[in-house]
Amino acid sequence: MSKAPVEYLLHLADNAVVLGQRDAEWCGHGPILEEDLALANVSLDLIGQARLLYQLAAARMGNGATEDALAYFRDDKDFLNYTLVELPNHGALVGYAAADRDYATTIVRNFLYSALMVLVWDALQKSPDSDLAAIAAKSLKEARYHLHHAADWLVKFGDGTEESHARAQAALDHLFRYTEEFWTPSAVEDAAIASGAAVDVRTLRAAWDAIVADTLAEATLKRPEVRGYIPEGKHGRHSEHLSYLLGEMQGLARAHPGATW
Amino acid sequence: MSSTIEKVWATLEHLTDPEIPVVTLRELGILREVRETDAGIEVVITPTYSGCPAMGQIEDDVRASLDQAGIAARVITQLAPAWTTDWMSDEAKEKLRAYGIAPPHRTCGSGGDVSVVHFVRRVQAEPVACPRCGSIHTTVTSQYGSTACKALYKCLDCQEPFDYFKPY
Repeated sequence: MSKAPVEYLLHLADNAVVLGQRDAEWCGHGPILEEDLALANVSLDLIGQARLLYQLAAARMGNGATEDALAYFRDDKDFLNYTLVELPNHGALVGYAAADRDYATTIVRNFLYSALMVLVWDALQKSPDSDLAAIAAKSLKEARYHLHHAADWLVKFGDGTEESHARAQAALDHLFRYTEEFWTPSAVEDAAIASGAAVDVRTLRAAWDAIVADTLAEATLKRPEVRGYIPEGKHGRHSEHLSYLLGEMQGLARAHPGATW
Repeated sequence: MSSTIEKVWATLEHLTDPEIPVVTLRELGILREVRETDAGIEVVITPTYSGCPAMGQIEDDVRASLDQAGIAARVITQLAPAWTTDWMSDEAKEKLRAYGIAPPHRTCGSGGDVSVVHFVRRVQAEPVACPRCGSIHTTVTSQYGSTACKALYKCLDCQEPFDYFKPY
């Protein structure tokens, strides 16, 4: 039976844990109480998916590997997540400029990512790697609700007030270029595709385009033109933002290794 | 069914969901199977949502009940087939309704057969009945409620705000 390579499991897990951590930044700071709860629940799903994937990867790695070691004791350059998921919850800034969290950025990112993941999990639930297929079948159910939630808000923002429309379009203009990374396989993905246990994301592009086109049309938003730049987060070459995110996520575990409560 | 297996089922029958204490683990479909193997008795549970924080508590509850009854058994967490709200018994759905949580109003099928492309907008059109007055004149307040498995709704007739257990 063909099994997905461990690095491929880590790529999927890292995407989920990093976005789970980003979305969780809204915990206690949500624009309204209901969205505070919603984002915390989306994060919980993502972290749950990451745990299942890290547990599977750790079991296959052996040598005492654990889910905690994979999440808390790998450095930024070892993470194989898309750059898209590590970016802050606001637009691009220069130098030491700071900005408040922007909910449009969060929603657009969740939309672009979950539109991909409903397709990825749908394909992976048929993987001959039965352990991965089991995780995919669960994750698909959750990703559908994440997409539903993000698309719903994207339509409210895009087809809302002048300000909400402008902010949604600005977030889309900022983030859309990062989706280019989806469509250029890394060596890890190439090896996974060759194993027969993974999905070639390029085959999902037309379906992803259709979801995006449907929702953007309803939201009266324009799909930005992108060309040239292809991020390389999944190769382990990240923006600086991942290092700060991991600093916060991993700090406690590294200060008190093996602590329990 | 052997008497040992019957005894295990009976021992675990009182265990309820930590967050929805009116329904049992069996009725929710979380407690999947009790089986006798060469290695001894195995109790199979399956997680609901991947990140459900109640799962740890559920596993502890199952172990504690088995220990208390003096039953040596292994507790196994199994992911496939993925848990679905389709497994909830009618009895459980009625208990949820009486507790004030609208139960899932549709089945999910075996997965994979739902068009993901148009899934997003279609779901909203489906009516959810108010657990208090039964009206389907209700509106969604938020797609996530106190837990990931629930959405927040409001009845436009009796004004009751309520949780809705989403089809999964």
